[in-house]
Amino acid sequence: MAQQAVRNSFWKTNQKALAPWLFLAPGMIMFLIYVIFPIIESIYISFFNWDGLAPAHISQLTSKEFVGLGNYRDLLDDDSFYTSLWNNLKWLVLYMLAVPIGLFVALFLNQKVPGIRLYKSLFFFPFVISQVVVGLLFSWFYAPGFGPLYAIIKSMTGSETAILASDTMATYGIILAGLWPQTAYCMILYLTGLNNINPEQVEAARMDGARGLTLLWNIILPQLRPATFIAIVVTVIGSLRSFDLVSIMTGGGPYGSTRVLSYFMFEQALSEYGTAMGYGAAIAFVLFAIMMIFISFFIYRMLQQERNS
Amino acid sequence: MKYMKTLAGLALGLGLSASTAMAGEIVLNSDQTDPAPKKAMEELIAGFEKANPDVKVKWNNIDHEGYKAAIRNFLTADAPDVAAWYAGNRMAPFVKAGLFEDVSDVWKDNGLDEQLKSAAASMTIDGKKWGVPYTYYQWGIYYNKDVYKKVGVEPAKNWAEFVAGCEKFKAAGIDCLTTGTKALWPGAGIFDYIDMRTNGYEFHMDLTAGKVKWTDPKVKAAFAEWAKITPYISANAAAIDWQDAAALLSQGKAANYVMGNFAVDTFKKGGMTNDNLGFMLFPEITAGIPRAEEAPTDTFHIPSGAKNKADAKKFLAYLASADAQTAMNKTLGQLPVNNKATVGDDPFIQAGFKELSSAYALAQFFDRDAPADMAKAGMEGFQEFMAKPENIDAILARLQKVADKVYK
Repeated sequence: MAQQAVRNSFWKTNQKALAPWLFLAPGMIMFLIYVIFPIIESIYISFFNWDGLAPAHISQLTSKEFVGLGNYRDLLDDDSFYTSLWNNLKWLVLYMLAVPIGLFVALFLNQKVPGIRLYKSLFFFPFVISQVVVGLLFSWFYAPGFGPLYAIIKSMTGSETAILASDTMATYGIILAGLWPQTAYCMILYLTGLNNINPEQVEAARMDGARGLTLLWNIILPQLRPATFIAIVVTVIGSLRSFDLVSIMTGGGPYGSTRVLSYFMFEQALSEYGTAMGYGAAIAFVLFAIMMIFISFFIYRMLQQERNS
Repeated sequence: MKYMKTLAGLALGLGLSASTAMAGEIVLNSDQTDPAPKKAMEELIAGFEKANPDVKVKWNNIDHEGYKAAIRNFLTADAPDVAAWYAGNRMAPFVKAGLFEDVSDVWKDNGLDEQLKSAAASMTIDGKKWGVPYTYYQWGIYYNKDVYKKVGVEPAKNWAEFVAGCEKFKAAGIDCLTTGTKALWPGAGIFDYIDMRTNGYEFHMDLTAGKVKWTDPKVKAAFAEWAKITPYISANAAAIDWQDAAALLSQGKAANYVMGNFAVDTFKKGGMTNDNLGFMLFPEITAGIPRAEEAPTDTFHIPSGAKNKADAKKFLAYLASADAQTAMNKTLGQLPVNNKATVGDDPFIQAGFKELSSAYALAQFFDRDAPADMAKAGMEGFQEFMAKPENIDAILARLQKVADKVYK
């Protein structure tokens, strides 16, 4: 009985402090097991030379060998790493086009015409289908021999250009394929944003003589700021994790010229010809560090906005 | 006390059911999802179960590309009793990680050292045998006889003739040599042959084993021979799959294709017949070098984590037997490894048998002879070389850099 009383009073006195943690616990435990722990483990692995096949006790030949920062040193001396980094940069910059194009399409579709819902869903369609399907469609589109784009270029210039076989053009070809669904995503974000525009402000601005680009720049865009923020965040993250399209369309080729960091990591650690687990983990960590820069910046921005409002 | 009894009963029951499931069942993982290999596998399993009525085979058939990734997981996590893989350096990582069982006793007890002699070397690591080979197939040049006739070229007897023929095909607007290197490996077949014909089998093996540098002048000499035909190779090879290139040959847009015998099926589906599909050996480059050929071997292994090794060894012994290999390769359309087995009467299989049995030595294939990381870098280099032969020095320097890391 006495014990019960003590327990009761402990619970009663600390209820307010404990309750939030109890409610947070399931989520936090999951996050710990599936996010935090794997991050720490892969950083740990990146200090080893390990083929990922056998744990150290089974074999003496392929046991994990501690190499310290050796994997990172090798990385700095690896041309493929710089190719991947450079391609990631191309992705980051060009993928941003999805934001203005998405805005343009959203403005274009934001009108009351019969059947507009159908058009909206058609524009949104590429985002609904899988990236793998997008990749396949575009690789057929570019394919030498039977691809429509190949045929068009041939009929116009007479030269036989296979975009995905050219080390200078292939990455742009893949980014173009990626822009298709990403634009649709940005469009839908802007369309919902446009629904929340204050009509009175627009009315007032019209009365003051604002129209066209002035209206868009000074009245509409400031109100769309939350949508723009989200659109930029998802586009940055989407560009850094571009993996499926590269894998489907070129497999990193021709001769490794379309590699990006995420695909490079997969190739080194997990693919048919890659058994360098430690090296792959080092690449993953570099990618993680790059992403962290953006993610912390976005979180900082969000916190700031919350504080201001 | 009552609980204890129940627990004991439960444990006994579990133990019993587990042991009955174990006795006489082997789990087999493989990747034969194409129609012919699948049928051959079904026949093999049926034959084995008939010969060993007390053993049942549970077969997990996994998609070919997915298998290469899956095998790493299942060997360490949940090992089957028998698993399909490949000979040569391709099995080395698993052997060295202790994931494959030594099966030298199966070889010894069944006289396989004699019967499977041609593949013995490629199954041996550290003096022990690590699996049983059951089939292999030849590589060579498949060509379109109609195109040869139309342009007026005779099948080449040596490299100079081949290059001269290429010029004629080019003038007729036909790709002399086609290939599709989107998946990288088809390009390695061309390199293997050119290197073996220029520098010989031993040099090629030393190169793939890391004993010779990629910057060696002899390697450069091989690439110089290759450079003679790069202008005549299909221009967009890097963007197409090998099947697309096979279609170019069937349609008469290309004349020659360095390929494995499995492609015959694809050529025939594209409309070619035994009458207009030709097969020839890769022509001689350096006169007098003994002729080595490419013959990748497919194999079965026992994982070291297998639960029923006794019956798994019975399975390997059956797989190695002349009768089983005769039947299986008849369905596969490939060559049996067992020298007592009978070879099918298809003209291409007969040609392959003649080619391989008279060869000086057999290579497995670049991506099975060289370690995985080296193979990948090498095949990318070959792809780049075919598109941009002028980059040769940069390519070889890069390959040597990879080699320094891989073979250290």
